[in-house]
Amino acid sequence: MPPTVGVVVFPGTNCEHDVVHALGLLGMRAQIKWHGDSELSDCDAVVLPGGFAHGDYLRPGAIARFSKVMSSIVKMAEAGKPVLGICNGFQVLTEAKLLPGALQKNAGLRFICDVEKLEVASNRSVASALLQPGEIISLPINHFEGNYTCDHVTYDMLVANDQIVFKYVDNPNGSVGSIAAISNPRGNVVGMMPHPERAVEELVGGTDGRKVLSSFIEAVLNG
Amino acid sequence: MEQPIHRALGLTDDELEMIEEILGREPNYVELAMYSVMWSEHCSYKSSRLHLRRLPSKGEKVLVGPGENAGVIDAGDGIAVAIRMESHNHPSAIEPYQGAATGVGGILRDIFTMGARPIALLDSLRMGEASDPRNRYIYNGVVAGISGYGNAVGVPTVGGEIVFDATYDSNPLVNVAAVGILPVDKLVLARAEGVGNQVILLGSPTGRDGIGGVSVLASAGFGAEVDSSKRPSVQVGDPYEEKRLIEACLELLDAKLVVGIQDLGGAGLSCASSETAANAGLGMDVHVEKVPRREANMEPFEVMTSESQERMLAIVTPENTPAVLAIAAKWEIPAAIVGVVTEPVTFRGQDGVGILRIFDAGELVAEVPAKSLADGAPVYDRPRAKPEGFEARAEQDPTDACRGVDISVELVKMVFDPKEIYSQYDHQLFLNTVVGPGANATLLRLSSPEVGYSKKGIGLSADGNSRWCALDPRRGSELVVAESALNVALVGAVPTCMVDCLNFGNPEHPEVMWELSESIDGIAKASIELGVPVVGGNVSLYNEARGRNIEPTPVLTTLGLVDEVNAVPPARRYRSGDSLVLVGTTESNLAGSRLAWVNLGLRSGSLPKLDYGVHQKLIDAVVELVRAAAGFSVSAISDVSDGGLALCLLEMARTSAMGFELDGIGDDPVVELFSESPSRVVVASSEPDRVIGHFAKAGLPARVIGRVNGSKVASFGAGSTVAL
Repeated sequence: MPPTVGVVVFPGTNCEHDVVHALGLLGMRAQIKWHGDSELSDCDAVVLPGGFAHGDYLRPGAIARFSKVMSSIVKMAEAGKPVLGICNGFQVLTEAKLLPGALQKNAGLRFICDVEKLEVASNRSVASALLQPGEIISLPINHFEGNYTCDHVTYDMLVANDQIVFKYVDNPNGSVGSIAAISNPRGNVVGMMPHPERAVEELVGGTDGRKVLSSFIEAVLNG
Repeated sequence: MEQPIHRALGLTDDELEMIEEILGREPNYVELAMYSVMWSEHCSYKSSRLHLRRLPSKGEKVLVGPGENAGVIDAGDGIAVAIRMESHNHPSAIEPYQGAATGVGGILRDIFTMGARPIALLDSLRMGEASDPRNRYIYNGVVAGISGYGNAVGVPTVGGEIVFDATYDSNPLVNVAAVGILPVDKLVLARAEGVGNQVILLGSPTGRDGIGGVSVLASAGFGAEVDSSKRPSVQVGDPYEEKRLIEACLELLDAKLVVGIQDLGGAGLSCASSETAANAGLGMDVHVEKVPRREANMEPFEVMTSESQERMLAIVTPENTPAVLAIAAKWEIPAAIVGVVTEPVTFRGQDGVGILRIFDAGELVAEVPAKSLADGAPVYDRPRAKPEGFEARAEQDPTDACRGVDISVELVKMVFDPKEIYSQYDHQLFLNTVVGPGANATLLRLSSPEVGYSKKGIGLSADGNSRWCALDPRRGSELVVAESALNVALVGAVPTCMVDCLNFGNPEHPEVMWELSESIDGIAKASIELGVPVVGGNVSLYNEARGRNIEPTPVLTTLGLVDEVNAVPPARRYRSGDSLVLVGTTESNLAGSRLAWVNLGLRSGSLPKLDYGVHQKLIDAVVELVRAAAGFSVSAISDVSDGGLALCLLEMARTSAMGFELDGIGDDPVVELFSESPSRVVVASSEPDRVIGHFAKAGLPARVIGRVNGSKVASFGAGSTVAL
């Protein structure tokens, strides 16, 4: 079977079709996976797309982390398979403790939908391998709770382990260290607030997201 | 003495008599409650229906016109587009966040009820002056409500408009349009076909929220004080419930498991049950004790009139019922069989009458002909009267009195950046947004999981102008239609259909009825002349607060079709060195303009003329130019409208962060710069001669009026400048 990326849908998720479309444009087979099914054994990688899983009740991601599918995602992460959480998916990954820190409400206490410039902080992750450190790309953001926060010890660890993947050039939401994306120490699990799938076509959103998703795809293919 | 029950419910004595005539007896309380909501102005259009018939709704591409949940047009290649527009003015005045949120929720249900996946929202907001704290509270709440609900429900808000004007003090207008797409063969209508079919209520449990919303709230004006006692009549929305309902219903419709489906909006279960039954010419039994509740001890009348949000009524064959319940369970949607479709019967000597019967634990609590509820409301030809002094006012031309103003000072007062609003809305989801909010019009690619990724596109523009309509409701409405049609042309779309929200004051005032009737005639005229049928809409009356009616405000959303979206069309961002070309003729008339009306308070005169022949030629030429923009080296294009040429150019400059210098403005600069005469566009191009030649071929005058430079100053000539 050709390599396949599972795109997980919780009730309230809304970016799943966009992610499947974007990966498809870049030649990667992607399949939607329902959160209530625990099996991901036919997938070589997984994306947790954006949206409002379980209505963001309690806190974004707080309920989703108890879904059946999460045990499989934890296994994949531990096995070194590529795992990418976008926006709400990032929130789910922090709630599930696959990534450190948390995402709180934007500093301005407003939802922000815009395009932001990002600086590549590390290319040691599955979402940035094809980019150069210091390179500037533009990606759409779309969130209310995108203000990344963590304690000093964690922040120092993120820096020391080269886990900060993207930083905002003009911090729009108050994130610690202007963090827009982080990875786990191994680099195979990435959480990012910006939406790479919204920037894969000239016609809509530009094409800077291609480099992010192509990095991810290459990691899948090199499994 | 307390008033009789029917009057407390909003029914007149004559209406009570009509109900007694239909039933042959006195109605009981449950029946009265049902009639009161179904015969409310909001549900029955009893004051406007007579006039709405004059709106043309037929067209080559129209698959479904007014009267259904949404209008539907054929976009070709097996793709249909559903569009609908509705107001949620009164709830938003009382409880801005929930009022606006449930306005979004309600209109989305109208779209997916048709089997279409909602792909876009546009919101047209009109707020009182921001200097008033109550207005600011309303404004912030409405924007937060649209953001909170629209983003979470997962439908992008891709366009709209915002106007601040004292006429909307304490009575904001919140008009929301929604667009959906579906494969043509998946179109579903709201009909309860098939005797013996099950009636299944899907979605949120029913509570006491929104009881009488349509009759108590939406069909009466507000007094001097904002009435908090009406707040329980505002519904409360839950976008997460709606998101699951969308997915569940689309799955049901895709699998063809339902015979008919209808959302529960205004008038709740009374409306959905009576309309689906009446549309099929059948009856229905509903058992209220089977309706899932979120509150204890609800009376049957409360269950029947509750406007609890996020609910749908599906008509399903007994064989398909288990499959429907299974899909509902997957999406965690409560579902209950609450009734059954019944044979028509002989009622009071008349054959074939579908009867809606309501039972509470086996006890019959209401029994009325379904059609009498759904379609039986009286149609009123309310008295109409032209406002006193209308002609005299038309003769007082304000243009002379405007000529001495300081151009820069007046222009700066008009600037407002809507980004603070639309940056709070997700306008990118679904990867369809080629041109998003903040432009002349929105351009979307027509794609969804159901129809795939197509090359086709739609242009969308929401437009209204209360100044023009206050001065002359008929000609003002014509100008609004013309502007809206031109706007979609600016993104390369051919205007194809429109939906409208007619926001007016108290219809019991003859002047208001006259305005409504005139406005409808104006829309009808422009619709015919420009070939853009009206495929749906709504009427919002009783927009009055503090004893004053709002100025007449018809708001339109025009939809245009694009066969192939190959490039991002030019918007408002021009390049250094481009020439600025003004196309069209400027009439020396400032009547109804923003300068005269708002800035200077000169509220008189006769509106500029609209020549439909010229306007149509302009639309055609603009569509052609935009589709070949690169060939004409066009970087930016915009129509000249609100705020005239001056505001149009300043907005381009602000968007581009780059100034310009005008040298082609004649010796009457205030009029040239602030006139809002129609059928004009500004084009920025490095090859102005080719642009001028293109319009000359269509017989349209065009000339270079200035040039973009690298400065940070917008220079209008004769020393009038605005720093960027």
